[in-house]
Amino acid sequence: MTVESVFPRLEALLPHVQKPIQYVGGELNSTVKDWDACDVRWALMYPDAYEVGLPNQGTMILYEVLNEREGVLAERTYSVWPDLEALMREHGVPQFTVDAHRPVAAFDVFGLSFSTELGYTNMLTALDLAGIPLEAKDRTVDHPVVLAGGHAAFNPEPIADFIDAAVIGDGEQAVLDITEIVRAWKAEGRPGGRDELLLRLAKTGGVYIPRFYDVEYLPDGRIGRVVPNRPGVPWRVSKHTVMDLDEWPYPKQPLVPLAETVHERMSVEIFRGCTRGCRFCQAGMITRPVRERSITGIGEMVEKGLKATGFEEVGLLSLSSADHSEIADITKGLADRYAEDKVGLSLPSTRVDAFNIDLANELSRNGRRSGLTFAPEGGSERIRKVINKMVSEEDLINTVGAAYGNGWRQVKLYFMCGLPTETDEDVLQIGTMAKNVIAKGREVTGTNDIRCTVSIGGFVPKPHTPFQWAPQLSAEATDERLAKLRDSIRGDRKFGKNIGFRYHDGKPGIVEGLLSRGDRRIGAVIRAVYEDGGRFDGWREYFSYDRWMACAEKGLAGTGVDVDWYTTRERTYEEVLPWDHLDSGLDKDWLWEDWQDALEEVEVEDCRWTPCFDCGVCPQMDTTIQIGPTGKKLLPLTVVNS
Amino acid sequence: MQRIRLRYTKRGRLRFTSHRDFQRAFERALRRSSVPMAYSAGFTPHPKVSYANAAPTGVASEAEYLEIGLAAHRDPELLRKQLDESLPPGLDITEAVEVRTANFVERLEASEWQLRLAGVEPAEAAAAVAAFLAAETVEVQRMTKNGLRTFDARGAVAAFEVDSAQVGNGNDTGTESGSDVRTATPCAILRLVVRHATPAVRPDDVLSGLRATADLAPPVPAEVTRLAQGPLDEESGTVTDPLALDRAAAPAGQ
Ligand code: SF4
Repeated sequence: MTVESVFPRLEALLPHVQKPIQYVGGELNSTVKDWDACDVRWALMYPDAYEVGLPNQGTMILYEVLNEREGVLAERTYSVWPDLEALMREHGVPQFTVDAHRPVAAFDVFGLSFSTELGYTNMLTALDLAGIPLEAKDRTVDHPVVLAGGHAAFNPEPIADFIDAAVIGDGEQAVLDITEIVRAWKAEGRPGGRDELLLRLAKTGGVYIPRFYDVEYLPDGRIGRVVPNRPGVPWRVSKHTVMDLDEWPYPKQPLVPLAETVHERMSVEIFRGCTRGCRFCQAGMITRPVRERSITGIGEMVEKGLKATGFEEVGLLSLSSADHSEIADITKGLADRYAEDKVGLSLPSTRVDAFNIDLANELSRNGRRSGLTFAPEGGSERIRKVINKMVSEEDLINTVGAAYGNGWRQVKLYFMCGLPTETDEDVLQIGTMAKNVIAKGREVTGTNDIRCTVSIGGFVPKPHTPFQWAPQLSAEATDERLAKLRDSIRGDRKFGKNIGFRYHDGKPGIVEGLLSRGDRRIGAVIRAVYEDGGRFDGWREYFSYDRWMACAEKGLAGTGVDVDWYTTRERTYEEVLPWDHLDSGLDKDWLWEDWQDALEEVEVEDCRWTPCFDCGVCPQMDTTIQIGPTGKKLLPLTVVNS
Repeated sequence: MQRIRLRYTKRGRLRFTSHRDFQRAFERALRRSSVPMAYSAGFTPHPKVSYANAAPTGVASEAEYLEIGLAAHRDPELLRKQLDESLPPGLDITEAVEVRTANFVERLEASEWQLRLAGVEPAEAAAAVAAFLAAETVEVQRMTKNGLRTFDARGAVAAFEVDSAQVGNGNDTGTESGSDVRTATPCAILRLVVRHATPAVRPDDVLSGLRATADLAPPVPAEVTRLAQGPLDEESGTVTDPLALDRAAAPAGQ
């Protein structure tokens, strides 16, 4: 296998493609290591365009963690746009890494991070361009181990045919453990070939190797059981959880792209996990328990990261950043520290309370004051009980009142459509809420020039959540419901003009739903879509619902199941779910009870501030909640100018 | 406020940076190297940087210019080094001169370009250039924001010749005596001087002109490098140093 750079051949193609800079590498803080000085080599892919993939924190962290190790090398690769794909096929240029432009097929491990299922067809494109057989069963000892991670890997069954392995949970420690296994196997002269390497990985209990499990189906199409077909392979594969984030201060040297990307800022993860218990939120469920980075740990990462990158904005990342136990001290401390340097701070937060306005004031002190965003998620009080989003309309009105009073003129509200038990009435109340928000804004500011934008996404039931059993609303019903809401907003004389309305039609949600809760039979559908030209399914301009439906009909012919069976069908307690053998730590009975609570509109508290309610994660994964306050402060630093 | 003019390059693979890409990279380099930037007033203050005449994406350059305003005094050469170290190799700051004169952009009268045509015999290129120069006007078309436009590519050309020395400009594309040493295929190198006019005539317009007048169609895209931009000496058809006036105006001892 030759590992020469393909750059000279690629370079000749670049004058003919859009945004060539994304393919040339050389980003600040990127690493190119000597190929021959390393014995374990990873190609890491975020299977979307560079502009989306480069800022991905997960990939950036693994890239740095691996490259820090002696004898280990990691390079990055992203999906190429269709214009370059066509030229690469024409000129025989393989899928390459952007770091040293080495062919992906030459690496030991090809690791892909899936934050969404819509990257599956891009994985097939990359495998094919790399010259790696699409199906795992056709690969030889010389092909890389194709390894999936990221949130979508919590149900890797739809891509089981294409991947060799999947890892669920935090990747930092896991990639190092896998590296050691690969290293030992190579050092021994690769005994037993590919099969033995995969077996060694499977035996750890933390790497899922789909081929070592057989799926048996019942006559009605449901799964009968999933059984290991090799001795020594565990019945269930466990998720990985990194404890003490202060020990993993990555990325230390964030990558700074030359090309424009979706996030032009430096991100610091301030905690991982969320225990608010929103029942639709897969990220919240599968990343439990909550683990905070300390205020001083955050301060250090921001300081070093800014020095290393020169970014003008810092994003404090997490699933609900206002929930950090010392968030007020963190934001004030950072705003004080960087007052002179014009560094902006941003904080994605969905929490709807007045406290957020104080934070927002603090954050906008050094920079611009853009719109404020809140996520009540559901329009009616009733539906918010179903989804366990404990926000009252009164809270919301008070909060936005405070925002308008503090000089904000734009408030954005996020909602979902198609939630379990939802009726037209629940969705129409989104309009009512928006009107009340504007009325309050007018009252507080004394002007009519107030805007409120409602943004609505379709709800997709996800594995490892209480809604994993729920029926998904069909695309047609979603569209009808949203059309009613749109008409009622547009028809309103007093407020209609001040309400912005953004929504997605129901079609992409159905495909996402099919892939989210699919089983191994969906592999044929994904392959058919890829072969029919499907690429970049997360991009409106490339996504084709009709293609997916046509390919699903073909791919599922003879199985007795169809798209509706996977999406709009409600599951029962007894049904074996395709991901039941992947252990996220959540107790299935607890999830079921929570689903029943949802139907009865009963809420649960957050276990951070109330006693444990036995979701199962902590005892199962041997983890604990880690939260402050530490009582420490961030002191302003004096910048020493040379 | 001290103002400094900088000359910078876009070399090798970094010739694929667009002007916007360069702007972001440069402003981040300013932050990393703690240059005491002057900021504009207003709601969203931004550092005082002005750029002149950026070369198109995909075109290499040895002579791009920009000007920055500083809140505190700095030695231009130290500043140059500091910034150069903060930028990726290929984006290099090659000169820094304290601003002493006005109307800098007006001094950028013309650009000298090098066009490297792989797969083209120098003799064939010379004939095409001669045909181009002999024409009074050479009509070419280009897609612009306002649709397809037709304009003259000949009038703005102040000098155009096959580079007799046939030496590359050091960006690892070394070429000798009319052939590419890597592939031993023929290769022609042209030197082109174009006045900055409206509409702007770019090297690719002149290449279209060669196709129109002499049917010259290189098998691979030309590699284009801007070698210089500045005042034009019409007589000799050469471009001179636009920073010379600022240097001359510097007080003794600097
Ligand atoms: S096990 Fe208890 S403490 Fe741990 S995340 Fe679940 S509810 Fe919270």
